[in-house]
Amino acid sequence: MQRDPPSSQVKIRRFRLNGRMRDVLVADSTLLVETLRETFGLTGTKQGCDGGECGACTVLIDGKPRLACLTRTEECEGRDVETIEGLAKNGRMSRLQRAFHERLGTQCGYCTPGMIMAAEGLLRRNPMPDAAAIRAALAGNLCRCTGYVKIIEAVEEAARQAP
Amino acid sequence: MEVLPRFEVVRPSTVAAAIAAHQGGQASRFVAGGTDLMVNLRHGLGTPERLIDLRHIPALCTIATENGGMTIGAAVTLAEILAHPEIRHRYPALATAAGAVGAPAHREAATIGGNLCLDTRCVFYNRSAWAREANGFCLKHRGETCHVAPTGQRCHAAFSGDLAPALLVYGATIEIAGEASLRRVPLSDLYAEDGAAHLRLAPNELLTRIYLPPDPWPALYAKARARGAIDFPLAGVAVALRAEAGEVVGLRAALTGTNPRPFLLAGVEALHGERLDESWLDRLGKLVQKQVSPMRTTLLAAQYRRRVASALARRLAAALGGMTAEGGAAA
Ligand SMILES: Cc1cc2nc3c(=O)[nH]c(=O)nc-3n(C[C@H](O)[C@H](O)[C@H](O)COP(=O)(O)OP(=O)(O)OC[C@H]3O[C@@H](n4cnc5c(N)ncnc54)[C@H](O)[C@@H]3O)c2cc1C
Ligand code: SF4
Ligand code: FES
Ligand code: FES
Repeated sequence: MQRDPPSSQVKIRRFRLNGRMRDVLVADSTLLVETLRETFGLTGTKQGCDGGECGACTVLIDGKPRLACLTRTEECEGRDVETIEGLAKNGRMSRLQRAFHERLGTQCGYCTPGMIMAAEGLLRRNPMPDAAAIRAALAGNLCRCTGYVKIIEAVEEAARQAP
Repeated sequence: MEVLPRFEVVRPSTVAAAIAAHQGGQASRFVAGGTDLMVNLRHGLGTPERLIDLRHIPALCTIATENGGMTIGAAVTLAEILAHPEIRHRYPALATAAGAVGAPAHREAATIGGNLCLDTRCVFYNRSAWAREANGFCLKHRGETCHVAPTGQRCHAAFSGDLAPALLVYGATIEIAGEASLRRVPLSDLYAEDGAAHLRLAPNELLTRIYLPPDPWPALYAKARARGAIDFPLAGVAVALRAEAGEVVGLRAALTGTNPRPFLLAGVEALHGERLDESWLDRLGKLVQKQVSPMRTTLLAAQYRRRVASALARRLAAALGGMTAEGGAAA
């Protein structure tokens, strides 16, 4: 399995990653979560399951939540990919990051990048979501630690802090 | 880390080019959202050399109103279906079913065509390659015996897509494109009662469009699952019902998650022309119990799935009966 892929299967793909245009030489069968973590060193995006079950790998593609563990990097060509590393601006945490920190929405932290990206997608679509809308938007993100209540409160707090 | 087998991806922009790109057999696979196929490839269920991405074919990505009905391209996403006001308003059971699939991030990628062509599921099949190998594989893939029914020679893996029952009760038809053919058939013709070969589709044939007929009957969809999201249906039921002056004049029910194929309940005519009361609901419930054939392919007991399918059918029919009896939404 470790042979290099045939050259027909490796291409330069260009897409926007956290606001910057990037070119990456990548095999068609490479997953976005592999490219983010291993090529770009953006290890904030987590791999928490065997594929599609946990939401830890949630990123935004063209502003919509997508699972990086089921998305091929090749699919991102010409699109806008955002990860947890793109949220802080000039060393300042985003309002969601701050709210998760202050409201104890994070414990071990493994689910947190996925939770925050799913919540970021929600707040861009619906700036003042009620608790039911927050639960629905985070329904695919599993957390072993918090019991979820603090996560819902963190998103509510972030919504109140509208920029 | 290398997770997937090596393959190339091609991006045709027409249906004809997609079919021409297929090399026959299992060496090429169509892919839409990939939310089913990528998981299976990660588990070593298939080693295609070429994926043919259908999301670059504009003709498969549109929703249109035609002759009073609606046409949905096979590569339209479930998020697009959920956000479509006309579908929500006229075909609410379809919108409910689309919203009951997985979680939001799945629905952004998942398509209606992929949902209808979903592989069948079983606890002995949907697991990692090493777990299957340790168990001697199984009849559906690389093995000799079925661990669910070891004395038989059939696979009982269950079709578990949520959209099919809703589309079946609305009387949907589908368009299938092949190398030199284009046919339009009722959706139920897509399926066969065999968990290892449940699609009546040649490897290089493509589901292209789904047609919803005009004047839909009032219909609802509901599913039973362990958690409120993410999970596939243990049983999913759609019911369409028309009543006049408290009497049932039309009934269709369809099921998913219980058999190798989604199917329309047979024998519903016997329930026409009668008042919708408790004994009528009992007869509907019995009809469902008789026709579903859940096996031990999920973590929950087969008998539970049989009973919950029946209970859901009763509940939906009662709700629809109440609505139409009051002369409200159904007119
Ligand atoms: C954690 C998780 C939970 C899920 N929960 C649910 C659930 O609750 N309910 C549910 O119904 N599904 C569920 N799914 C499965 C899947 O997300 C959906 O069924 C989805 O609609 C599949 O569509 P897709 O476009 O992603 O399919 P793909 O993975 O792209 O394709 C699926 C199969 O269909 C074939 N195919 C795709 N399009 C066509 C076409 N036009 N013509 C011919 N063949 C085609 C592919 O070759 C492949 O074999 C879940 C998946 C995961 C990972
Ligand atoms: S029903 Fe039997 S043959 Fe089919 S997937 Fe399960 S164990 Fe394998
Ligand atoms: S890593 Fe679990 S859903 Fe992607
Ligand atoms: S904080 Fe540990 S998994 Fe959510």
